[in-house]
Amino acid sequence: MKTTEEIFNLLKEKFGDSIIELKTDIPIEQFIVVNPLEIDKICNFLISDNDLAFDSLMNLSGVDDANGEKKTDESGNTQTTGGTLSVFYHLESTSLRHKLVLKASTSIENPEVSSVAEIWRVADWHEREAYDLLGIKFLNHPDLRRILMPYDWEAGHPLRKDYKNPEYYQGMKVPY
Amino acid sequence: MGLLDKQFTDDNIVIAKVEDLLNWARLSSLWQMGFGLACCAIEMMATSASHYDFDRFGVIPRPSPRQSDVIIVSGTVTLKMAIRIKRLYEQMPDPKYVISMGSCSNCGGPYWEHGYHVLKGVDRIIPVDVYVPGCPPRPEALLEGLLKLQEKIRNESLVKKSA
Repeated sequence: MKTTEEIFNLLKEKFGDSIIELKTDIPIEQFIVVNPLEIDKICNFLISDNDLAFDSLMNLSGVDDANGEKKTDESGNTQTTGGTLSVFYHLESTSLRHKLVLKASTSIENPEVSSVAEIWRVADWHEREAYDLLGIKFLNHPDLRRILMPYDWEAGHPLRKDYKNPEYYQGMKVPY
Repeated sequence: MGLLDKQFTDDNIVIAKVEDLLNWARLSSLWQMGFGLACCAIEMMATSASHYDFDRFGVIPRPSPRQSDVIIVSGTVTLKMAIRIKRLYEQMPDPKYVISMGSCSNCGGPYWEHGYHVLKGVDRIIPVDVYVPGCPPRPEALLEGLLKLQEKIRNESLVKKSA
């Protein structure tokens, strides 16, 4: 059984700059911020190393961090530029009984994160959900399609903060 | 006005109008399309089960729209599902009826403002005969809705559909 801090030091030793920081000053569980393009290699190590053995991905969720720069023009419209989207990974080792939270942040303009679907099969649909609702592209995902919204939904990704719902979908009025 | 309220003029003979007889037959065996959408479907199943016993009104679920008389839209109609509901409704033979069960199906319910995926009322795609309010409605409320539908059918005319 290892604490987040011990795992952070272990990962820092092995992956160097890909492990960005350890967040401890927060009211929720501590988490490790990692490079989104290296997450697959890090997770491969986390599941296969005998002292870590994270055999279970409890949850994978996407977040719009809503930290873009807000600008209000003369007519009162607010426009947001920049910002990040994040993916959180909640891992558990069922044999060693320890848990770990990882966070991978990526830019909202080109949100790309490496897929972990080949490491934990459960991540397949979780990543499809994050793609569907936030538009995060998971590189090397076996089947990255929408999972909840209709396949022909063209209005974008609904959980983005700058999302606008369409007036009509297939002839049906959408707003109340 | 039940059919048997009419006078018995002889043993085993009931005098009635053809219209009344056919309407009575139709309203007494409203076959429901066997499908549910959300938590309302749980209440609908409870209504079908022994305690509330939908079957005493002749309501039994059918596994095909082609054998159904009534579709009970029980739950949140998402935009993705709306297309399927419309198709199922069109596959039902006339005369066909629609009961909209619960707030979601009536008007979008709690998803009315932020439900980017929800159709705000099933009456935007198919004509609804009876709206049953509630979130979800209790079985008694659904039974009341069915009785209202029966009342509607009882007053229909063979010559011209009154509704």
